[in-house]
Amino acid sequence: MSAKIGVITFPGTLDDVDAARAVRRAGAEAVSLWHADHDLKGVDAVVVPGGFSYGDYLRCGAIASFAPVMTEVVQAAGKGMPVLGICNGFQILCEAGLLPGALTRNSGLHFVCRDQWLKVDNTTSAWTTRYDAGAELLVPLKSGEGAYMASPEVLDELEGEGRVLFRYVEDNPNGSLRDIAGITDARGRVAGLMPHPEHAIDPLTGPTDDGLGMFLSALDALVAA
Amino acid sequence: MARVVVDVMPKQEILDPQGQAVATALPRLGFEGISEVRQGKRFELEVADDVDDAQLAKIAETLLANPVIEDWTVRRVES
Repeated sequence: MSAKIGVITFPGTLDDVDAARAVRRAGAEAVSLWHADHDLKGVDAVVVPGGFSYGDYLRCGAIASFAPVMTEVVQAAGKGMPVLGICNGFQILCEAGLLPGALTRNSGLHFVCRDQWLKVDNTTSAWTTRYDAGAELLVPLKSGEGAYMASPEVLDELEGEGRVLFRYVEDNPNGSLRDIAGITDARGRVAGLMPHPEHAIDPLTGPTDDGLGMFLSALDALVAA
Repeated sequence: MARVVVDVMPKQEILDPQGQAVATALPRLGFEGISEVRQGKRFELEVADDVDDAQLAKIAETLLANPVIEDWTVRRVES
């Protein structure tokens, strides 16, 4: 029986189809989850995909973080379920308190849409074991509010505990503090990043297949469990 | 009923590129002497009389503002 990975759709979510495709490409079963449901349909992990949930009203991810399905995700994450937030999903996980910090308007004010080089910092989280430390990945980045902000104490804690997953290399596209592109929680089960690994799983449709490793890593973690 | 205003501002140490863009635009329009602009949000709430200050503070910090990056103030105004 293959592992089941849920992909949440909120009103305004855009990348649920690609996220589900990435899940299937990795060899897991993709299960659609709806924002208004109080039910995770028995999935083993959850992907919160990108887009503009609830039109980015109030703050990006703020309304979505209170959606019924997120209550279930927060509870499941507390029990150790792997959760990945991509782009708007990262914003939602921060707003929900599953990850520290917040994402703010890009320092250059422009929406940035390009293929972005990242460097792998952490290879022990549930979502990054397939990568080599220091490896460089090329995946799409497309966001207007992707500047990662947190207090110096939180940043020191993240770095001290090895919880920075990825950093931007070459030039920092959005003003994220310490070039942080993605982070994980204290247990290495909940992860969030602004770039889009689900758009880089197949050289036919993306710049590389560098993003597939995140989904394969999660599958490894589920099989090992 | 009472009218309550909640002001939400980016924390001083958080970069506010929108405010900076406004500040940069002002001299181009001929307005001199403005050294800094910070941009925030204002919420106006009509609240029942039995909603107390503690509840208003809870509303501000759990939904209207993200305390990681924003400061907020709550005040009751004449409606």
